[in-house]
Order: sequence, then structure tokens, then C-alpha cells
Amino acid sequence: MKKYFAFVKKEFRHIFRDKKTLLILFGMPVAQILIFGFALNNEVSDAGVVVYDMSGDYESEQLRTTINASNYFHEVAQVHSIQEIEASFKAGNAKLAVIIPRELGNDLRNGRKSTLKVIADASDPNEAQMLVAYMTAVTMKGTRGKVDAKMELPLVTAEPRMIFNPELKSVYMFVPGVMGFILLLVSAMMTSLTIAKEKEFGTMELLLVSPLRSTHIIFGKVTPYWILSFINAMIIIILGITVFDMPLNGSVTLLIAICLLFSLTALALGIFISSRSNSQMTAMFISMLGLLLPTILLSGFIFPIENMPIVLRGVSHIIPARWFIIIIKGIMIQGAGLSILLKPFGILGLITLFFSVAAIRGVKPRLDA
Amino acid sequence: MEYAIEIEGISKRYGDVQALQQIDLRVGKGEIMGLIGPDGAGKSTLYRILTTLLLPDEGSASLNGYDIVKDYRHLRQILGYMPGRFSLYQDLTVEENLEFFATIFGTTIKENYHLIEEIYVQLEPFKDRQAGNLSGGMKQKLALCCALIHKPEILLLDEPTTGVDPVSRQEFWQMLKRLNTENITILVSTPYMDEAAMCDRVALIQSGEILTTSTPANIRTEYQGQLLSLKSQDMYHLLKTTRSLDGVMSCYSFGERLHVTIDPETSNLEMVQSALSTKGISKVEIKPIEAGVEDIFMQLLKRSDA
Repeated sequence: MKKYFAFVKKEFRHIFRDKKTLLILFGMPVAQILIFGFALNNEVSDAGVVVYDMSGDYESEQLRTTINASNYFHEVAQVHSIQEIEASFKAGNAKLAVIIPRELGNDLRNGRKSTLKVIADASDPNEAQMLVAYMTAVTMKGTRGKVDAKMELPLVTAEPRMIFNPELKSVYMFVPGVMGFILLLVSAMMTSLTIAKEKEFGTMELLLVSPLRSTHIIFGKVTPYWILSFINAMIIIILGITVFDMPLNGSVTLLIAICLLFSLTALALGIFISSRSNSQMTAMFISMLGLLLPTILLSGFIFPIENMPIVLRGVSHIIPARWFIIIIKGIMIQGAGLSILLKPFGILGLITLFFSVAAIRGVKPRLDA
Repeated sequence: MEYAIEIEGISKRYGDVQALQQIDLRVGKGEIMGLIGPDGAGKSTLYRILTTLLLPDEGSASLNGYDIVKDYRHLRQILGYMPGRFSLYQDLTVEENLEFFATIFGTTIKENYHLIEEIYVQLEPFKDRQAGNLSGGMKQKLALCCALIHKPEILLLDEPTTGVDPVSRQEFWQMLKRLNTENITILVSTPYMDEAAMCDRVALIQSGEILTTSTPANIRTEYQGQLLSLKSQDMYHLLKTTRSLDGVMSCYSFGERLHVTIDPETSNLEMVQSALSTKGISKVEIKPIEAGVEDIFMQLLKRSDA
């Protein structure tokens, strides 16, 4: 036990003496969550619009006021031709153009349907679709008061209601995703790096030629990083709740349990990687390509799993972060309990068990196999 | 004689490279055995096998009666190992390194302080300095302290003095001599010939094979031929001319002199001198000398190549 504590102490010294490690450990989670939360959200807010008003009457004036009054759009300029619209797209002044037809006022007054033309800059297709959808909603609202009485309603209208996340805040998606990503980064990459470092600097030889058992070495390496990644998880959750108004509808104990379990998964992966790499460079590359990239791409963090081709959807089942994200969302947003989350918990547990065994067996008492 | 290290027929191959070939070596209890050979001779591989880090392809070895394969756990408690490359934690201080190694061997610095005291007093002024910032000699001294702190029965030192200044080298050897009186068996490798004389016995190793094992004094008697030392103004000319003479077995430059081996049955000092003067080299300082370890090593290498 004394040997184990001596090892943990040594490990903490390594961590706290290396400014770069410290920065990755604590600077990165905060920076990431803030970047994802503030910059990379895909909600529409205050997008620039140019208006080509062919009508110029009272109704069109009102419509423009409605558009401007919404939080989503503001009019940057009036244009007078299609060419001007294109020019303002190219200049990057606006992403969307609204063409108000000459007959708008007339049609509305006579209870006829009138069609606005909305042109979007689709060089970013996702954004364009989103803008068009928002614009449709805004203009419908703007004209409804006028036409409702006389206009024939369509037979069926879908009236979507978003539950759990009515405002469609993307931060609800990013917080669990970033958490999974950071925990993997801290636990898996950092542990695989420190073990590879011991091999690179030859200190592994000395550790092996001592009475230390492989279990001493593994648990001694894991303990500090387990503590640190848990602290990290808590920092991210607290930031999510305080800065981005994430709800915490479920049990805190369960939340802590899943953070501890997932850190362990990541640590097992880290040790597993390091037992197969002899230099920090190799360890870094394996963690990057083998862990971080699939986590970002296949966990459902950024790209919805439902939209993936069937093969990738299959692969996503073995990505630990996928289950982690499901559980975190379940606990924080839906307030789900253990009975509902049993399946993802179980799968994550199995993955952890598998890699822990593989990791411990992979650490040999000698240099060669 | 009781042996501390017994190596029988050990071979090790890495892919196409035969690193060790049928190594046999015995080191007596309490002996200082020097393992002398050039870089790439297989010294470090032999050390890794003896320290239970590598398994041999063939052969067996035991240290103080414990087998390197079966009893590796026990051996790891009684061996002190200093690898050829500086292998301590560069970001830990001198004291932290020492303390760490003491603890993982289940002991304390205090308990075995007497073993390392002599070197550690020199390190003490720097005990709060990180190991990575120490000078080469200091690093080696610290590594030796860390290898000694658990009072090992056998000390395995792989090139401990490489990259160390001459003064520190001398101190290092004095230290080893003193440890020897504590009945610690020492196997030390070195590429420096002058250090061979400090050992009780030496083994010469080349291309994975032990060429010979002997005491530094006895090894001289193995030298074949008579060794002369020559010096003149134009050394290059002298070297070329001497090599062409009859009865000259070998001729190397050795510092500022030439070491020339002649066959005593067909030549002698006077014959060399007169042969040189007929070729126009008259001002030659020439004297018979006793072969040093380096001369012997060169000769053994030449013989094993032939």
C-alpha cells in the first residue's frame, strides 16, 4: 500500500510540474465548453436580410416591420434588383433575401393567397435551410392576423411541439458531447502518454526491475487521472448549468456514478493503448485517430446517428461516448432514472470491463512478449 | 569458489541480428567483474537478460542461485540495476527520486544511508534540483544512489561512466571499490579500457561473444608477440613504412605513438630499427613495452575476425 501511495504521489508531481499538462487538463475543458456553447451553436439569431420590396405599400411595410421586430432577423439593406441580391450575398452582408411581390397588398386585402419569394445563400446548406424555415415562420405569423378570417385554412396543419428542449438549444447537445470528449482526452490520452513517456525515458525498465507489480503501476497511474477527470466532469456540468442554463432534472448520484464509470472506461482505453505503443508519438496518434476522431464523428455528438449509413451506425455501437451521451442527456434533460438507463449503463459497463481486462493483461512483467 | 552470477550458453536474437551467442560467464561472490567491449557488442542485451527484463532464446542464468526466468520476482528485490541510459525522473528532484526508489523497494533513505553516504554528500547541495538539470556526472551519481538504496546483493551497472568527466570517473570507481568491501557483487560494463585495470576480473565481449575472461594482470600474458612503441617526427610515413616490414604482425597508432607487434622468432628491436633506417627513417624513438588491455583487445578482435 505504501508503494502504491508513493507511486500516486510521484504521478501527481509529474502532473503539477508540467504546465502543459495542467493547461490541457483544466484550461481545455473550460475553453471547449465555452467555444461550443457560445460560438458553435446553430440557432438563428439576428441574421442579416436584404429586402426587395416591389410593392412598397402599407402591407409590405408592415411585413418588414414584423421581420425586423423578430429576434432572428434584421434588415441590412433595401435592394432593387435580383443582381443586387446576388451582390450582397457575395459581399457577405446577408444570407437571405426576401422579395415582396407587387400584388401583396392587393392579394391580402382581397383574401387571396400571396407568395413571398425567399432566396437563401446555400453555400452553407444547413444554415440556409434553417434561415428559410425561420423566415417562413416569421412571415406566416406576420400575415396571419390579416388573412385568417378570410383565408381558407389548409386541411391539416402540423403543429410541432418540442418537448424537453422547447427552445431547441443546441447547448443541450454540446454539453454531454464535450464532456465525453474531454473525459476521453484527459483520461485516455493523458494516461497513454504518461505510460509511453516512462517507456521512452527508460524509467519503465527501472520500475519493472523493482518489486512493484503491474497492478501497482497501473492503479498508481490511473488514480490521479481518475480524480482529475472526475473534477473535470464536475466543472463542465457546473458550467453547463450556470452559464448555459442546462437543467438537471435527474438524480445527482446517478450523474456522479456515470461520470466515474465513463472516466474509468477512458482510463482503461488509455492503458490499453499505451501497452501497445512505445513512444509518446505513437500513443498520441492512436488516441487521436482511434479514440478522439470516432468520438467526435460517430458518437452522435455532432452528426445524428440516425442519418449515418448502416455500417457506421453499427460501428457507433462500440463508441463508449455514444452511450455516455445518451445517459447524460437522459439524466440531466429528461430526468430519467436508472431503470430507464439500464441498457446504456450495462453496455458501457461491459465495454469498460472488456478494456480493463485487456489493459491489465497487456501490461507485461518484461520488456518483450 | 561460490558464484554470484552463473551464465550458461545464453543466446539472444533480434530478427536477423544475433545479439548474444552462447555466452558463458561466472562471477564470484563479492567480485568486481568488468565487461569490456565496443558499442553494439551485446553488453546491454546481456544486462537486460540478467535483470529479468528480457528472456533469453537459449541458455540459462542464475544470480545468487535464483533463476532469471523462474525466480524473477525474487531477483527483482535483490538486484540493483543502473541502465546505460540515464533513466530517472527528470522532473523530480534529486531527493524525490531517491525517496521514490527507496519506497518502492520497501525501504527508506535513512535505513541504507551508510551505503550511499559517500556519493550522496556530493549531491546534497543539489537535493532540491530537478534531476534533468544535473550535470552528467551528477546524474550518474544519483542513478547509482538509486540503484543502491535498497542494499542490493548484486549490482548490475551498464556503462556507468560513459559521458562522465575523468575526475568523476575516478570517484565513481573508488565508490565501487568501497561497495565491494560490503560484499556486494558488481558486474560493470565499460567501453573504456583503462577502467579494466580496476576490476578483479574482466571479460572481453565482441559481436555477442565472450572472447576471453581473465584477471587484468593475467590477460597480459595472453598477448602473442612482442610489443614495441615507436615515435618519430613524421608519424604517417613511419606508420606506412613499419607496416611493410617483415616480421611485423600489427601496427596501430596509439595516441602520439605507434604500437607495433613483432614476431619474436623472426624479428627483434634492432632488426626493426635497422630496417627502418635503410628505408630512410633514422630518428626513431623505439622501446619495448608491456601490452595493455587495449592492445590485447585489439589482438583478440583480430584473431576472432580471422
